[in-house]
Amino acid sequence: MSAAISSEQGRAAFLTEAGYWLHLIRAVEQAGRRLYLQGRLPGSFYDGRGQEATSVGAALAMGPDDVATPLIRDMGVHLVRRVTPAEMLRHYLGKTGGPMEGRDGNIHLGAFDRGTIPMISHLPEMLPVGLGVAVARRRRGLDSVAIGFCGDGASCGGVFHETLNLAAVWKAPLVVVVERNHYAYMTPERVYLPIAEISSRAAGYGLRAWSADGNDVSDVHAVVTEAVAAARAGDGPGLVEVFTYRMHGHGAHDAQKYVPADELEAWGVRDPLMRWRARAAEEIGWSDEQQAELEQRIDVEVTAAVQDALAAPYPDPAELGSSLFA
Amino acid sequence: MNDGVVTYVEAIRFALRESMLRDDRVVVMGEDVGLGGGAFRATEGLQREFGPERVIDTPISEAAFTGAAVGMALDGMRPVVEFQFSDFLTSGMNAIVNTAAKMHFRQRLSVPLVVRAPAAGGFAGGPFHSQNPEAWFLRTPGLKVVCPATAEDAGLLLAAAIRDPNPVLFFEQKSLYTRVKGTFEYDEDATVNGAVVRRAGGDVTVVSYGAALHLVLEAAATLTAEGVECEVIDLRVLSPLDFDCVRTSVEKTSRCVVVHEDYPDYGVGAEVTARVAERLFEHLDAPVRRVGAKFWPIPFSPPLEQATLPTAHEIVDAIRDTAEF
Repeated sequence: MSAAISSEQGRAAFLTEAGYWLHLIRAVEQAGRRLYLQGRLPGSFYDGRGQEATSVGAALAMGPDDVATPLIRDMGVHLVRRVTPAEMLRHYLGKTGGPMEGRDGNIHLGAFDRGTIPMISHLPEMLPVGLGVAVARRRRGLDSVAIGFCGDGASCGGVFHETLNLAAVWKAPLVVVVERNHYAYMTPERVYLPIAEISSRAAGYGLRAWSADGNDVSDVHAVVTEAVAAARAGDGPGLVEVFTYRMHGHGAHDAQKYVPADELEAWGVRDPLMRWRARAAEEIGWSDEQQAELEQRIDVEVTAAVQDALAAPYPDPAELGSSLFA
Repeated sequence: MNDGVVTYVEAIRFALRESMLRDDRVVVMGEDVGLGGGAFRATEGLQREFGPERVIDTPISEAAFTGAAVGMALDGMRPVVEFQFSDFLTSGMNAIVNTAAKMHFRQRLSVPLVVRAPAAGGFAGGPFHSQNPEAWFLRTPGLKVVCPATAEDAGLLLAAAIRDPNPVLFFEQKSLYTRVKGTFEYDEDATVNGAVVRRAGGDVTVVSYGAALHLVLEAAATLTAEGVECEVIDLRVLSPLDFDCVRTSVEKTSRCVVVHEDYPDYGVGAEVTARVAERLFEHLDAPVRRVGAKFWPIPFSPPLEQATLPTAHEIVDAIRDTAEF
């Protein structure tokens, strides 16, 4: 996956693949939300509506030995790294056959064998963990880079600042992707962010910084690819601030009454799937037939995944006590 | 490697060095561990021998470097993180109790991380350089917790902790670093397991660990003159707890006292006492007693600190009362 996709062929392949993942996220998330509203999905359901382009664009910038620490709005990373829709839904339902086998739920997942680290809820505690994995892989002779995801809210946490400083001091191969979605649960960013751009903080720690349009999968991909290439080349860590918007509440239980309607409307027209489709039509002549075919294919896939997950057995509690230690 | 007598802190250093020689996945990291050789000299000379890539100086960023160590361990390295004082564990606690300790339970991922943390008071360190924070961590499933009382154990158990595929929190005792001496042995079969009987006796079982063990052995010697024979157990590994060792002894003596420098409230003393009460009630001839620090922060001024930490005198009294009950 090269930085600037210059060839027409490459652009067509990228847009086609990205379009598939964008639509797959939305379909899996819609299915999950529905299951929650039907009372069949325990806990709550957290989706990344509006932020799909960020996780897909960033995940497609990863190489095979790279590692990522996806968070709450980043289902695209799991899917791109080949956690199947059935595995995702089994996970959300607390069934066997998900990456966490029911030991953890909702957005707390990862599949280390596929390059993602299961997050803990404390934000952004996964940033240094991703950094550590990439550093270790470098020592094994791999040219790994870590992509650490972080929201604008979590960028206020101490470990964000510690990690940026540590990464810069170590010239570590870490790319921090700050998802600027403008809300920390119910709190609007004016309450926690005194500056216009979080990326302006990077210079203070000695990191290179980029900004990207978080609702444009091509832009996210191009910018994150550049940052990853720099980190891979040994130029040190980078920070990419992607400007996007959380279209849904924190979770399906949150009706986001605190969000002004005009704000939602303004961002709604920038929907990443619509943006992708307009771009695909313009750049590779994506047709209505192709779109219908894609939606049909995903519908079949996700319907099967829902059936699979609903039919899957719950895990056996008998093993709980014996799995504390390796 | 060294047949001579070593201090507790030298045993730590030898265990680190031997582990690094045997396994190039082992790295040491923390504040002042490289150029400085460690605040307590535990890592002295290691960076000179192994280089800055394996003995890594870090910024004052416990959350970040402990998190990074968890990541390194996930990828198969064997990081040994030094916290300069165990009091500072709070600054890196998430990485230990939430990220590392729950990883195997959540996804069967091995996290071979060792966190070394110098604990214990007794030298005017004040409220933030004197604590015994083991109880904060003992309620964390998935974490092993060690507290050696002898130089031999400091070396043996540290090397075993480094070989262990799980996160291990290793509480060193600052007051023993240069005071306690023994031999260093690298035993590749040693594991992070098991209490030992340090002194055999038939009258009272005294369960202890860490720095307080030495006060208990002193008290036991004093009480021998009065005709009270203590059986002294050194827990060594606080989690998982070797209760069988305690059980065997209490079944023999029918009396039990638990002594440690940490607060008796809510800690190891509370746990051992509860287990003895629950499981060995019919064997008991006296209530189980606990001796530890008074339940307030460890003060700075020497007479205040002395009034706070457990003394040999208090231990003798508690054991005598239990023997005579």
